[in-house]
Amino acid sequence: MKNVWVIARNELRRIFVSPLAWSVLAVVQLILGFVFINLLIDYARNAELGGQFSGVAEYIGGALYGFATIILLLVMPLMTMRLFSEERRSGSLTLLLSAPTSLIEIVLGKFLGLVGFMLALIVLLAAMPLSLLPGTGLDLGRIAAGLLGLFLMMLAFGAAGLFVSSLTREPTLAAVVGFGLLLLVWLIQIVSYQDIPFAEVFGYLSLIGHYDDLSRGLFDTSDVAYYLLFTAFFLWLTVQRLDLERN
Amino acid sequence: MEDPHSGQTLIEARGLSRRYGPLTAVSDLNLSLRQGEILGLLGPNGAGKSTTLKMLAGCLAPSTGEIRINGVSLRENPKAAKRQLGYLPEQPPLYPELSVNEYLHFCAGLHGIARANRASAVAQAKNACALNEVAQRNIGNLSKGYQQRVGLAQAILHRPPVVILDEPTIGLDPIQIREIRALIAELGKSHSVILSSHILPEIQAVCGRVMILNGGRMVYNEPVAHESHFTSVAVQLRRPPAASALENLAGVARVEPLAGGRLRLHCADRADPREAIAEAASRQDWGLLELHAERKTLEDIFVELTAGLAEERREAA
Repeated sequence: MKNVWVIARNELRRIFVSPLAWSVLAVVQLILGFVFINLLIDYARNAELGGQFSGVAEYIGGALYGFATIILLLVMPLMTMRLFSEERRSGSLTLLLSAPTSLIEIVLGKFLGLVGFMLALIVLLAAMPLSLLPGTGLDLGRIAAGLLGLFLMMLAFGAAGLFVSSLTREPTLAAVVGFGLLLLVWLIQIVSYQDIPFAEVFGYLSLIGHYDDLSRGLFDTSDVAYYLLFTAFFLWLTVQRLDLERN
Repeated sequence: MEDPHSGQTLIEARGLSRRYGPLTAVSDLNLSLRQGEILGLLGPNGAGKSTTLKMLAGCLAPSTGEIRINGVSLRENPKAAKRQLGYLPEQPPLYPELSVNEYLHFCAGLHGIARANRASAVAQAKNACALNEVAQRNIGNLSKGYQQRVGLAQAILHRPPVVILDEPTIGLDPIQIREIRALIAELGKSHSVILSSHILPEIQAVCGRVMILNGGRMVYNEPVAHESHFTSVAVQLRRPPAASALENLAGVARVEPLAGGRLRLHCADRADPREAIAEAASRQDWGLLELHAERKTLEDIFVELTAGLAEERREAA
């Protein structure tokens, strides 16, 4: 298990020495900051809006984090694309494969490094609504539920991206396919509106449906379980994929 | 010929084969490496050298066969077996965005060196590979020669009993090649080394034993004789005498004229006629211009084995 930490630390270091991570953080922050200010002005101008919502946390937090899901959908494939594909192309994957570590440790280590980056994003996302704290009361539970939802969704995005990255040696290809895969699982929701058998199953499989409850502050174990299972499934697939390569 | 350093067997591979779909890259290879031995793996391009080394390093599972590193099966207990290994692949496995120090510290952790010992292990490896000057620089900005040395440092960092090097001097300039060669010879004293190359003098210079692969099969596996015996002597004389006069010299069996007025004197059963030839030449005023033993070089052996088989295969096809 020690190896997981060693790999995760190295991965996190490599993520943060690359300009990509900083650019992504900056762009995400810029766009969300823009949205946040916009929402704030809106809320201030139309005081009567307050009546329709239960508070600032719902109006601003809900809308901001709802928008964040779309940004993350666009951005996470960029963060995951290099994880395995670049290592394969540069040959550095050999270092991990010939070291005394198991494939599970390699995959978990890489994923954990990525989780470090996700936490940085979460901190930035939390900072915006929390900056209102000195001026107004906030429903912190609600913000926390929204952030938890975003974090879980990022875990799922990250695991799927990691798997796609293990399939190819071209980072750009990994980004495109990763984005396609996420969008597809996201849009499965549409199918559930059709009048077909198992429509509900499709609705359940969709990535977005489970976020709605959390963003409304409703903590349901089944939603959390969905994201965690989704993550575990793709991590398992990645291990299988690397094992296949060795054989 | 018995190896003078014969110790315990560190790598033992039996019946190793690897297929990629219909293509057989390596077939039925047996290989063993004793402690303190430097084994050179030679072969034309596509002979299966890299595939063999990848399998020994645990990066590729063999289709059939069994590998034991220091008695531990690579299949059943990969972690324990890999702990005994240092591997430098053809393309050094580097992270260009990290500095040499950062990279080596990561490798030290990866190979399970305790935190307290990492700094000293990294310092030792940097000294051995002469990396101290560039320790703070990013690997991506280093020259190919330095990158190769960082790869080598990574392979010996944890002082593994077995070091596997895949074409360690490729892409280096002649001075760097000499340095790396000296380093490998140094390594051979304390580690066992398997080295692949297609540069023949390199193998001859550093290896104690050479194995030639061709078409995925082992075709030669013998110790390198640094002072090999010879069976003929080339001579050039300004005023050559009759062939019979030369044949009468001690140790000369037969005279064969060569192009350019040179002569090949075949030696009689392991005798060394050079001294006798020189003495006779000066005494009888033949005008000795050139006299040297014709040793069979590794290159001769290599060409003989690989070209022969290539023809055989062409005929069979």
